[in-house]
Amino acid sequence: MIYREAGQFKSSYASDQAIFPIVQDRWVALALLAAAVVVPAALGSDYWLQAILIPFLIYALAALGLNILTGYAGQLSLGTGGFMAVGGYAAFKFATAFPGLNILLVFVLSGLAAAVVGLIFGIPSLRIKGFYLAVATLASQFFLIWLFNKVAWFSNYAPSGTITAPARTVFGVMVTGPNASPEARYVVAIGVALVFALLAKNLVRGRVGRAWMAIRDRDIAAEIIGVRPLRTKLLAFGISSFLCGIAGAEYVFLYLGSAETQAFDINLSFLVLFMVIIGGLGSVLGSFLGAAFIVMVPIFLANAPHALGLHMPVALQKQLELMVFGGLILFFLIVEPNGLARLWQITKEKLRLWPFPH
Amino acid sequence: MLSLLHAVFVAPFLDMAGSPTFLAEVLIGGIAAGRMYSLVALGFVLIFKASGVFNFAQGVMVLFAALTLVGLIEKGLPVAVALLATVAVMVALAFGIERVVLRPLVNQPPIILFMATIGLNFFLEGFGEMIWGANVKKLDVGIPDESFKMAGILLNKLELTAAGTAAVLVAVLAVFFQRTRIGRALRAVADDHEAALSIGIPLKTIWVVVWSVAGLVAIATGIMWGAKSGVQFSLSLIALKALPVLILGGFTSVPGAIVGGLIVGTGEKLGEVYWGPLVGGAIENWFAYMLALVFLVFRPQGLFGERIIERV
Amino acid sequence: MSDAGPPLPLLEVDGISVRFGAVQALERVSLEIVRGEIAAIIGPNGAGKTTLLNVISGFYHPYEGAIRFAGVDRTHLKPYDVATLGIARTFQNVALFKGMSVLDNIMTGRLLKMHGSFLLEALYWGPARRQELEHREFVEHIIDFLEIQAIRKTPAGRLPYGLQKRVELARALAAQPTLLLLDEPMAGMNVEEKEDMCRFILGVNDEFGTTIALIEHDMSVVMDISGHVVALDYGRKIADGTPDQVRSDQAVIDAYLGVAHA
Repeated sequence: MIYREAGQFKSSYASDQAIFPIVQDRWVALALLAAAVVVPAALGSDYWLQAILIPFLIYALAALGLNILTGYAGQLSLGTGGFMAVGGYAAFKFATAFPGLNILLVFVLSGLAAAVVGLIFGIPSLRIKGFYLAVATLASQFFLIWLFNKVAWFSNYAPSGTITAPARTVFGVMVTGPNASPEARYVVAIGVALVFALLAKNLVRGRVGRAWMAIRDRDIAAEIIGVRPLRTKLLAFGISSFLCGIAGAEYVFLYLGSAETQAFDINLSFLVLFMVIIGGLGSVLGSFLGAAFIVMVPIFLANAPHALGLHMPVALQKQLELMVFGGLILFFLIVEPNGLARLWQITKEKLRLWPFPH
Repeated sequence: MLSLLHAVFVAPFLDMAGSPTFLAEVLIGGIAAGRMYSLVALGFVLIFKASGVFNFAQGVMVLFAALTLVGLIEKGLPVAVALLATVAVMVALAFGIERVVLRPLVNQPPIILFMATIGLNFFLEGFGEMIWGANVKKLDVGIPDESFKMAGILLNKLELTAAGTAAVLVAVLAVFFQRTRIGRALRAVADDHEAALSIGIPLKTIWVVVWSVAGLVAIATGIMWGAKSGVQFSLSLIALKALPVLILGGFTSVPGAIVGGLIVGTGEKLGEVYWGPLVGGAIENWFAYMLALVFLVFRPQGLFGERIIERV
Repeated sequence: MSDAGPPLPLLEVDGISVRFGAVQALERVSLEIVRGEIAAIIGPNGAGKTTLLNVISGFYHPYEGAIRFAGVDRTHLKPYDVATLGIARTFQNVALFKGMSVLDNIMTGRLLKMHGSFLLEALYWGPARRQELEHREFVEHIIDFLEIQAIRKTPAGRLPYGLQKRVELARALAAQPTLLLLDEPMAGMNVEEKEDMCRFILGVNDEFGTTIALIEHDMSVVMDISGHVVALDYGRKIADGTPDQVRSDQAVIDAYLGVAHA
């Protein structure tokens, strides 16, 4: 046993419901989170922040959004890229139209814009289920991308259709635009991610999460015991798109700096779906683990051969990436459909008992 | 306002009536594209009908088949030998998929299998590119890509051959499913894996047969497509379009796949040519999906699909 | 809980007919269930028993006839609205939510009674938190009553069949129903489990006053716990009365029971 949990009995339902019921877990988690905010900002190299940690946090938020829709509520969606695009373009419009607006508020507003779009495209979900719904979400994906391409108003009539994040500050610190330091952007990204992770966690373990999972597991029985299908599904679409929208806004403002619609195409939708599958459907932690994993694979493929002294042409690297992603999806679906999150849970349980077998 | 209504609801039809030969050509172009979608959809339907699995990787299988064929021809093999070798490769692929993907996942809900085929899709894409390279390849099957005029309408030899072949293929498959013993077994498997197993239907063999047949369809599709526009990676993306076709035609209907494909193909082309300019063009990107979406809201099982009766 | 006057039937099924394509599932079936009684619905397979429950649940709608609950017509309600009336049920094939723990499954039974905005839920603040804990307490009473404390955190999909049935009963009870519909609650159980289940069903009827209608094949169970039996065959009602009456009814013997049951 790494630590003793004997003697810890829950004396109230409140303590049983807590996110970290074991006291030591709670302290460790809080410490780790505090470290996660401070350490990389203080010590991390620009490369690590810029190319790994910041995109990881952004993808994790998007994966969280998709996980809510697909993992918890069981509504398969291939339209994540489209909703992120709504967030990105909305953020651009809000930021350029209202230069005095705090950028965090801009993010929230773009999330809301994406939520509205998500609700609209979620309405058919009452009649359409399963793969059919997946195809219907493709409609939203392709349509939204086309819309942002065609209607020049969205990119403020820029000649190439590119949107560029204007410079904005929070508490006097430059967080977006060309002069924003990676550290500042990192702190914003992790702050946003942690806040929404907590809110999401509260949602999924309470009344709303149960309604979602009931619809996912057996929607007819759910209706018979009193779950309202349309309301529940729409809530899932709305919240999911909200998070994806914020992720999309961050994608442009904190990571890419400037983007075209291509950045939000169908490949992004698949990428986020992979994160959710590999990380674990129906798990908040899984969204983060999946995002981390997916972000690391290309990095690994780029650097490992180098470390071993082999030369890997860029094209081959891309091909291996595709193969690894595909192969991993198959691997996880066969071996552990609940993904990395479940593997983590099993490891923790084993560690609690170690060195005893049971 | 009125001019907008006129532009949307009147002008395009006037255009169509105004030059019927052009309309015919647009329609033929639509049918040509639609035929491609139909063939990819056909592969989906085969696999779904016989194993209940929605094979997202069908498009990539087309690409893979085409790549293999072209690759072998480029290596110097005569066309006939290359074709046989490709068939062998696709059958081997079917064996592989059965062993690695289907067998371990036999009891899982359909959504899991669907996601597995998404994984398969990406794996094959990377794998195919790794083996055969990423450049566009020309596929020559000995039929000239010549156009000629008939009754004032521009037709194309290659297209016609392709259409004819496709028709024959579909007819053969339809008969196969309806009339033969194996066809019946396939339908039983699609309905309920475990029940089929329990009455002695050899699941493994069935699956290999089905995925091989789908592989053959993929080869045929790949040839037709490759001969027309060269073998390239946009094939797999275009194959995504087969999904709306399936929506329209139903997932389990061979005639549905054909009709659905033709509707989507012609609908797209018509939409693009006559309504496209109103909104800046490129509506082909999403038209098919929107059509499918609207369709789904009113008729969730598609044109020919079976009505899903949910029991408690 | 007695009222003045003759007992009003809680549920009146009045001449309902249901058809699936060419199959006549129910044909002009009428019956009454009185408040506080335990009624059993028996009959051979395919007689329409589950269909009858599905119609009462609002999942199917009859093309003729009416259903009245507490005197008010409820024929064409959707399942959600039927649930709000106070009718809960279990299913023949155990419709538990496999991905959730036992506790969460039972808590879904409380969903109708839980209100509030999702924003407060996300913050787990004030009213949302209080509500969650209150309902948790109620559900724990049910868990105690049905003796399933040990498995409350187990994912429902991992439980053996008998326990799954018990959890399903718990979930139905969580809704504090006025009328409880049980579809073959003892199917697949051994003698001990059946005795336990009988005890629970009688307990529910006794302590909470819940009216119960159950579909059951085991005649000894039917004789033991029910006060009113309705027999169906080929979608039609063939007998309706006390257990003894129905047991010795010739039509029932011909269709279902065989030679008079000991």
